[in-house]
Amino acid sequence: MFRRAAVSLARAAPRRPLSTMATESQSQTPVEDTIRQKITAALQPTTFEIYNDSHLHAHHKAMEGSTSRETHFRLVITSSAFRSKMQPARHRLIYSLLKDEMAKEGGIHALQLRTMTPEEEEKRKQAEATA
Amino acid sequence: MRRLQTFFHESHSATPHPTMFSRSLVTRQLLRQTARPATTRLSAPPSLLLRRLLSDQTRQAIDKAVGSAPVVLFMKGTPETPQCGFSRASIQILGMQGVDPDKFAAFNVLEDPELRQGIKEYSDWPTIPQLYIDKEFVGGCDIIVSMHQSGELAKLLDEKRVLLKEEQQAAAAADGKEQ
Repeated sequence: MFRRAAVSLARAAPRRPLSTMATESQSQTPVEDTIRQKITAALQPTTFEIYNDSHLHAHHKAMEGSTSRETHFRLVITSSAFRSKMQPARHRLIYSLLKDEMAKEGGIHALQLRTMTPEEEEKRKQAEATA
Repeated sequence: MRRLQTFFHESHSATPHPTMFSRSLVTRQLLRQTARPATTRLSAPPSLLLRRLLSDQTRQAIDKAVGSAPVVLFMKGTPETPQCGFSRASIQILGMQGVDPDKFAAFNVLEDPELRQGIKEYSDWPTIPQLYIDKEFVGGCDIIVSMHQSGELAKLLDEKRVLLKEEQQAAAAADGKEQ
């Protein structure tokens, strides 16, 4: 299935499966859960990595007063949905999927995106292998 | 030499100010843009609803900003003092590519909340920085970095004829070393 991101030490709690309803127990990572759910549903990615980089920016001036630990994310996504779309269009697609999370107060502040088609991912792997 | 253009008041046009700096190291030129004091703001429409929509006024102002130079970067902070890592990375890349400062303009969205919000609606892009080349939206930091690494950015800047000529880049480098 999907390769999971390297999780930070702080989040050692076991992940709930997607099928579990949120009413059961409160997730420690609601934003990340939403990202995973929305992107997966829309793009059916063959590779999908989520990195929570919020701790790298927590001390920045722009983050003063913020209590959220889910403000900066880096996503690596491979999906055939990106075929025939240039980078701006791919990024716009992801932004539109996460519009609400980005718009709300204390929501996602920054999103780094690497988007690839399966072909591009293959090329990249080969390039890295021969480098 | 380019300078940081502050977002302008509705009743004035964005006329460039004469520059104060001599030509020197390209990156330093791009970096050494000082902001004019933010003396003016776009007037805020009365109702909350109007404020959320991109007003004609704001749109026109941004149109002008986007068209003010072949290469335009909407960023946080100034080229000399970026206030955000992603903006800083973008400026550094443009400097490395050898963009002609006379063909470049940077706008600091932190100086003007109307611009900060307006550019997001104008570009249909939720984050800063934003790069425009020849009035066309190119992308944010990720895209700039990726195009830089792939060589696409160099090609595009070259095609658009916004790069310093090699002799100028060499001269700039020489100047920089002497200082």
